[in-house]
Amino acid sequence: MMEILAKAPVEPVGAVTYGTAEGLLGSVWLLVAIPLVSAAILLLLGRRADRWGHWLGVASVGVAFLLGLTYFFQLRGLENRSVELSLWDFIAVGDLRVDFGLLFDPLAAVFVLLITGVGFLIHLYAVEYMAHDPGRRRFFAYFNLFVAAMLLLVLGNNYVMLFFGWEGVGLASYLLISFWYVRPAAATAGKKAFLMNRVGDAGLLIGIFIMFATLGTTQYDEVFTGVGSLTATTVLLLGLLLLLGAAGKSGQFPLQAWLPDAMEGPTPVSALIHAATMVTAGVYLIARSNPIFSANSTLQLVVVSIGALTLLLGAVIGMAKDDIKRVLAWSTVSQIGYMFLGVGLGGAAYALAIVHLLAHGFFKANMFLGAGSVMHGMKDQVDIRRFGGLAKYMKITWLTFMAGWLAIIGLPPFSGFFSKEPIIVAAFERDDWTAWLFGMAALLGAGLTAFYMTRLFVLTFHGPARWTEEIDHPHESPKLMTIPLILLAVGSIAAGALMVGPVPEWLEATAGLGGGSEAAHETVLSHLAITILSIGVTVVGAGLAWFLFRRGTATEPQPAGVLVTAARKNLYTDAVNETVFEKPGIFLTRALVYLDNRGIDGLVNALAAGVGGGSGRLRRLQTGFVRSYATTILAGALLVVAAFLAVEAGWLV
Amino acid sequence: MSELKLPSIDYAALAPTLILLGAALVGVLVEAFVPRRLRHVVQLAVALLAVLGALTMVVLNANDRLVTIGGAIAIDGPALFLQGAILVLAAMALLLIGERTVERGGAFVAQAAVTAESADDRRQAEGAPGLTEVYPLISFAVSGMLIFVAANDLLTMFIALEVLSLPLYLLCALARRRRLLSQEAAMKYFLLGAYASAFFLFGVALVYGFTAGTPDRAAGVDFATIHAAVAESSSSSVLLFGGMALIAIGLLFKAGAAPFHVWTPDVYQGAPTPITGFMAACTKVAAFGALLRVFHVAFEGARWDFTPVLGVVAVLTMLVGAVLAVTQTDIKRLLAYSSIANAGYLLVGVLAPTSEGVSGTMFYLVAYGFSVLAAFAVVTLVRDADGEATHLSRWAGLGQRSPFYAGLFTFVLLAFAGIPATSGFTSKFAVFSAAFDGGQGWLVIAGVLTSMVLAFPYLRVVVLMWLSEPGESTPAVVMPGWLTSAALTVGVVATLVLGVFPQPLLDLAAGAAEFVR
Repeated sequence: MMEILAKAPVEPVGAVTYGTAEGLLGSVWLLVAIPLVSAAILLLLGRRADRWGHWLGVASVGVAFLLGLTYFFQLRGLENRSVELSLWDFIAVGDLRVDFGLLFDPLAAVFVLLITGVGFLIHLYAVEYMAHDPGRRRFFAYFNLFVAAMLLLVLGNNYVMLFFGWEGVGLASYLLISFWYVRPAAATAGKKAFLMNRVGDAGLLIGIFIMFATLGTTQYDEVFTGVGSLTATTVLLLGLLLLLGAAGKSGQFPLQAWLPDAMEGPTPVSALIHAATMVTAGVYLIARSNPIFSANSTLQLVVVSIGALTLLLGAVIGMAKDDIKRVLAWSTVSQIGYMFLGVGLGGAAYALAIVHLLAHGFFKANMFLGAGSVMHGMKDQVDIRRFGGLAKYMKITWLTFMAGWLAIIGLPPFSGFFSKEPIIVAAFERDDWTAWLFGMAALLGAGLTAFYMTRLFVLTFHGPARWTEEIDHPHESPKLMTIPLILLAVGSIAAGALMVGPVPEWLEATAGLGGGSEAAHETVLSHLAITILSIGVTVVGAGLAWFLFRRGTATEPQPAGVLVTAARKNLYTDAVNETVFEKPGIFLTRALVYLDNRGIDGLVNALAAGVGGGSGRLRRLQTGFVRSYATTILAGALLVVAAFLAVEAGWLV
Repeated sequence: MSELKLPSIDYAALAPTLILLGAALVGVLVEAFVPRRLRHVVQLAVALLAVLGALTMVVLNANDRLVTIGGAIAIDGPALFLQGAILVLAAMALLLIGERTVERGGAFVAQAAVTAESADDRRQAEGAPGLTEVYPLISFAVSGMLIFVAANDLLTMFIALEVLSLPLYLLCALARRRRLLSQEAAMKYFLLGAYASAFFLFGVALVYGFTAGTPDRAAGVDFATIHAAVAESSSSSVLLFGGMALIAIGLLFKAGAAPFHVWTPDVYQGAPTPITGFMAACTKVAAFGALLRVFHVAFEGARWDFTPVLGVVAVLTMLVGAVLAVTQTDIKRLLAYSSIANAGYLLVGVLAPTSEGVSGTMFYLVAYGFSVLAAFAVVTLVRDADGEATHLSRWAGLGQRSPFYAGLFTFVLLAFAGIPATSGFTSKFAVFSAAFDGGQGWLVIAGVLTSMVLAFPYLRVVVLMWLSEPGESTPAVVMPGWLTSAALTVGVVATLVLGVFPQPLLDLAAGAAEFVR
């Protein structure tokens, strides 16, 4: 291990400087403030805001989107496309200075547009979706809170600001997963998400501490400029801790188990937070910290491995699930795995990962909302074995979902093809045998994705109807739900082709993301061969699924082989968590309680008893007789004089 | 025979002391010539005016740094700061002493010579006006304290010690109620005080012998001579160390440090409560002022020899005070043990070898003085028909009977425990940080550990007051007269202000931390 550490080269990164935000860009703080104020109004006014609260929530995100667009065009006109806005000294204790500052650069800009744009559509959808829920105002308050926190996360100009947003989205996520807190499953899922996120957050926090301890700052520009002066071991440790944080937030191995359970929340929550935006925060963190990750090849190897492992894990489990939202959730885990693979590969692949992230934001939100629309029409049924033949009844949902399906499996000309295929190519571009390892993993993942998504699509919309008795006539959702679906579907179709060229170019101005300077490696297979292969496995996977499920499936669980059983049980990851962490944790807690009761309390009580007893005994020396007092004084005097004389004679000191 | 050469005297610098001595003499004349019914008002006015006049002179002299009256008195920063502190605290104590509405006739006995517990004694306890001789006695004691902290040689210091002690012995015997306890306390204090004075005097003699060996210098007991002798005397250093030990014993007795503290609980309990407060505040200031001067001016050269021994005394003092406070059942005895523990913390400041140690100790003395006077002021208010209810069981549920005064007392106790935002925290921090910077970390550790133990008895009283149901024997708090109210307000406000905005006083103490020699 130490050998690897020693060999890992440290590549210094050039100095990073940000311009000052002036003119219109000086009001970039409004992006965070508007949804935050809206959330505060919704929470503080309480029932009085019930009638119009949801529209305020939608409007605040809409305004934020328009502002974001304006800032985006402002930024395009600038020479230095990274501007900072320092609002006030947030923390100033001793040497620690943390600025409450915002950074608006190309990376932040695309995230702002994704969050507010997709966020706005999902808000709009939720107005109708949550229409019959008595807690709709509260839901929009939390939703706005989430948007504000997420914007703070991507706009902060230092790691402490990022951490604030990070915890803010964690809080909003927790509140929204357990939004229906009277359902035990929702409450448990909220807790699970919260706890697993704590593990990651602790890693991020320690990482920030290390930054402060070694570099004395948490500002992005200073950290990135100073990272070249750190030892390889420090960089590795720092990167691993940031990676732990990223894995926790993004549901990556080994902290992936909370994300599928988080689907207990309302569907718009799954779409916005647990598919399009929050779960990509880990990708953002790694992309933002790319000067740190690029500085250590061991670190990059770890990121790539986690990405590859997770994308296969998610795909395999996704194949065996029957709950429509869970399939989509595992698919999210798998797709974020692709993004991790991309950011781990480094260089030009950073931008590819961001492109995939944006494209995924569109098509996954589209499919989640589509799933919500299906559930809406099917009395909240989520089991795909009880769907079938819905294409006839929900035309818009069917067509929009189809756009998402074709996008995710990556058939040209849908967006997934333009965003995922370059990552597969990039994985084949590595120097050594790992090119084959990661390349084949990515390729295999593409085939698996095609299989499970086609299975989902076919079982839901085609084949014979297998509905439960109480449903006689599924209906299409109202306009307020279908319009966002249509807009997102358009994005799913077109976004990839539109973004694959300009976005990497646009991102080049972000600190460290200018991958063009690096000499491109030769791929181990020709580019054309990889493209053909990836389309080939996709078609095979999709075709196989179509063939197997075109006549529907059994409505009850079927006996299955080892692999399918394992996949149904999440590849035993939950069981591993239970045996490795939960059981020893419970044992540790019990042991600590025992230690606390018997050991610490016992010690404290014994000490107290000792002091009390000593006090009682010493008290008896206070007899009240002058003669005994005089004796005490005399004895004390003799001792003091003797001590002084002993000092004089050199016996003491 | 040569002409007698008189030393030059700077009367302005000595004015505070002279004013109080004068006031004491006027007070004796008032006893003789003013009609009995007017005496209390006149005496109180004379004493208060004298204290305020003396305080004015101290403020006017604030920039004096000189040695006067033939080298007997040094008026320097610490002397002026401590004189000011003694006068402010004495003024507060005088307000408590002058209170006559809480108990008819005041806290003092009408006829000290009446046989205790006799019928006459019970009659006079019913409300005969108390003795007014207490005011000249207080004036004498205060003037003795003023000399004590400014004395520049050991003989002057000894005389000042006697001047401040003798009136205190008398004052202890003058409690209106529980006469036997009061007389017993005075007797014990007198006997043991005389005993300790003898140690001090013997120490002075030994040191005098030691200075005789200094080349080119006459023998003497002024601090400059002693300082020179410590550096270069050819006499046996047994004389120096023996003398230093005995002088320390005399001063540590007054300061109430273990194992010379044994008188403290009995005397604090038996003395009239206003006098207990006066002793706890002013005598502490005087005793530690003298300790600072003796060890920072005269014996400075032997610092590395006396620090370990006195350090052990400090730790022992903290331990004894803290541990014994745990099982006390009488509030006055509890406060006595608390004052012993505080003497230990003050010694930590004295032993810090820097000027921060001096200024920290001085700050501590002022802060503690205000708090302890406020505490005893509350003790005078919790009473029933038989006088003050000092047994702790009587304080149960006081928070429900009199939430305001119980709240004030709680606040003062929290200050004693050293909770932040009270003066107790800033003053402990001042002495501990000075000692830590001065390399005396072990004293700081002992201080922090005993503070934890000591928090227990304080919190026990707090719990008793607030979380117990008031019993039938729980007395109500008597409404204080304006004198006690004034003293209580000043004490509590000072405890709060010195906890929140300590900087002005800390700066003042830091600016007054250099001795002249």
